[in-house]
Amino acid sequence: MTAFDEMRDGAVAAATYAEIRAWIERTPLDALKRKSAEAELLFRRLGITFAVYGEGGDPERLIPFDIIPRLIAASEWKSLSAGLEQRVRALNAFMLDVYGEQRILKEGIVPSALVLENEAFQPAMMGFTPPGGIYTHISGIDMVRTGPDAFYVLEDNCRTPSGVSYMLENREAMLRLFPRLCARHRLAPVSRYPEHLLSTLKSVAPERAGLDPTVVVLTPGSYNSAYYEHCFLADEMGVEVVEGADLFVSDDDVVFMRTTRGPQRVDVIYRRIDDDFLDPEVFRKDSLVGVPGLMRAYKAGNVTLANAPGAGIADDKAIYPYVPDMVRFYLDEEPKLGNVPTYLCEREADRAEVLSNLDKLVVKLARGSGGYGMMIGPHADEAMRAEFARRIAEKPGDYIAQPTLALSTVPTVTDTGIAPRHVDLRPFILFGRNEISIVPGGLTRVALREGSLVVNSSQGGGTKDTWVLEDGPSRPHAPMGQAQSQTQTQEDSLGC
Amino acid sequence: MLSRTADSLFWMARYTERAANLARGLGVAGRMASLSVALEDESAEWHGILTASGGEAGFLDKHPGVTPEAVVDWIVRDRDNPSSIFSCIAAARNNARTVRTALTVDMWGAINDTWNLLRRMTPAETSGEALAGFLEWVRERVLLCNGAATDTMLRDEAWRFVQIGTALERADNSARLLDVRHAMLSGSAATEYAQWQAVLASVSATRAYQWVYRDRLDPTRIAELIILRPELPRSLVASFARVKEQLDAISADQGGRRGECHRMAGELHARLAYGRIEAILEEGLHEFLTRVIEHTASLGQEIERFYIQVAEP
Repeated sequence: MTAFDEMRDGAVAAATYAEIRAWIERTPLDALKRKSAEAELLFRRLGITFAVYGEGGDPERLIPFDIIPRLIAASEWKSLSAGLEQRVRALNAFMLDVYGEQRILKEGIVPSALVLENEAFQPAMMGFTPPGGIYTHISGIDMVRTGPDAFYVLEDNCRTPSGVSYMLENREAMLRLFPRLCARHRLAPVSRYPEHLLSTLKSVAPERAGLDPTVVVLTPGSYNSAYYEHCFLADEMGVEVVEGADLFVSDDDVVFMRTTRGPQRVDVIYRRIDDDFLDPEVFRKDSLVGVPGLMRAYKAGNVTLANAPGAGIADDKAIYPYVPDMVRFYLDEEPKLGNVPTYLCEREADRAEVLSNLDKLVVKLARGSGGYGMMIGPHADEAMRAEFARRIAEKPGDYIAQPTLALSTVPTVTDTGIAPRHVDLRPFILFGRNEISIVPGGLTRVALREGSLVVNSSQGGGTKDTWVLEDGPSRPHAPMGQAQSQTQTQEDSLGC
Repeated sequence: MLSRTADSLFWMARYTERAANLARGLGVAGRMASLSVALEDESAEWHGILTASGGEAGFLDKHPGVTPEAVVDWIVRDRDNPSSIFSCIAAARNNARTVRTALTVDMWGAINDTWNLLRRMTPAETSGEALAGFLEWVRERVLLCNGAATDTMLRDEAWRFVQIGTALERADNSARLLDVRHAMLSGSAATEYAQWQAVLASVSATRAYQWVYRDRLDPTRIAELIILRPELPRSLVASFARVKEQLDAISADQGGRRGECHRMAGELHARLAYGRIEAILEEGLHEFLTRVIEHTASLGQEIERFYIQVAEP
């Protein structure tokens, strides 16, 4: 199985990567490694860590950052972003429907049991329409690529997708480490994401909040793996990052935060806590990170939660195969983005197919995330396959399977030289009352181990900066001011 | 500002200040103990620093006797001691981490780097011959943290809670260090002189004494310097002046909202600002300092009650 090399395969690739290719060919490996070390120092100093607790080792790890960027041509991005917008509209329509009239279930397009018996389905949302009719204000759609025009959606993350801070910090790092290389490309900027996020959140504030609603980011706390991101986004938006204990709900169902000036009213909560933990009065009673009474305030229309409770229903990998049907059903359009063919082990015919092809398929938990509990058939040994066969037979509803895709590769700095490594892409889509906005690019995750297809940061994956190129010629900067006549401007070996 | 943020900034500042003052106290104790030829009782030094750090009971639960090595380990490294230098820096850094957005990059860098360097240090690097250098390093790191705060923080509420934490902790620590030295005063004139030198060194005020009084060391003046002189930045009166000033500034920002903590800070400061050393000594230095330490603790609790524990309406 040969993978598509995003730098070398095809005419678009050659044109897109021309500068990058020249750069890595003229730069000695030592120099690239030095720059990598510099990047690591930068991230460590800024405290950009990803906490993985309970596995021993340093609990505050850095996600490895690879300094060779991943490029996407303007034309590629254009069709990709149109597809993403379409998909998110369909997913949002699906949520409004399943918590409302349930037309798609009544018409038998999506099996009722799959939705209604799903643990991500929140009956508490039945008959309630979130402000502006928006469930999924912030989503991250994981994409993989297998050929020049072959982008596929791997999974939808509508619950509380993370990673956007890495997208922003990676760009910052590249601009610091390689200003000249960046200047030689027409890079679509990503830095306005926090601004867009804030206006998205403000656009869904309760009406009585007026023109300047109070927005907060609700975090489970500093032991959460994405805590850095929660603080980063709050800081960039200029809002408070709060924990459950910082908030309380009054008897008349209004949410307040505890401040040094006394209680202050809160209008919009960008929550980075799972549904189950949001409100011990409604969901899990043992939740210590939630806010008792939050759902009362939400349903009274006194506060907006983003994303809406129950949005996680679309993250389920057993629902995923039906998304193209949702596009047709709700939007009356043909899906612009394809799905990866998926077997639902719950279906008898699919299950038989999966069990007889375990050596070729990727088996995943329908409700898992973070790359845990999955098996990549071709890389697994006999014992592992037997183990998964047993698990599938035991709880077929918990598993899905997909063909092992030849994920595209991008050149990556490794100990022994520059080598292709498999990547995926998570673009972030913001859905506000008046518009959908997608920052060009997203987070590129890279599987650093040779041959590995697992890009999750909890499984040793790294990240790259994602460069969406704008149309038009590149803009090399003229040297600043005038130079002394005998000193020739000389590009250093790094070309940065 | 979120109450929790104010709380974390306050305690971040208190713990960094405490770490530096432990380093000062322990450094002086080590020096004094090494001068033991001049002293009647070497172990009094180690008892003294244990008392000053307030962890004597915990220490005695764990160690059969007061040996220099055990005391140094307890005060420097032991994580069972919530006020060891390691524990203080870890707690300061954890508080800083939970309020990253309220800190400047330089402040976070100073405190985070300090913790990252400290946690990799082996016992050999923090004891024996290396101890004096290590304690000096701790002091320098805290100076860096304070400098980063002074030079980079906006003069807003966050800054004020940091200032209050630093000043309140400093008042408490200066009072303790003076009190424990005072208790050791007995015996020959030579020992006494060394003790008074140690008092000054433990609040970094040896040179300051000379500049203020231009005379030989005199117990009354030393007590006056550390308790009542506003010029000395580590004196009790200077510390309470800062607490009062910052509490008043927060109140002014909030349209005059005041509580018991504002009254207490004013009263404590006024007593010192208009106090006379003769009257204090007449009452008894130990009694006076004990009262100051208690009042400092109550003031801390009042500040928390007013700003941190926001009641639901």
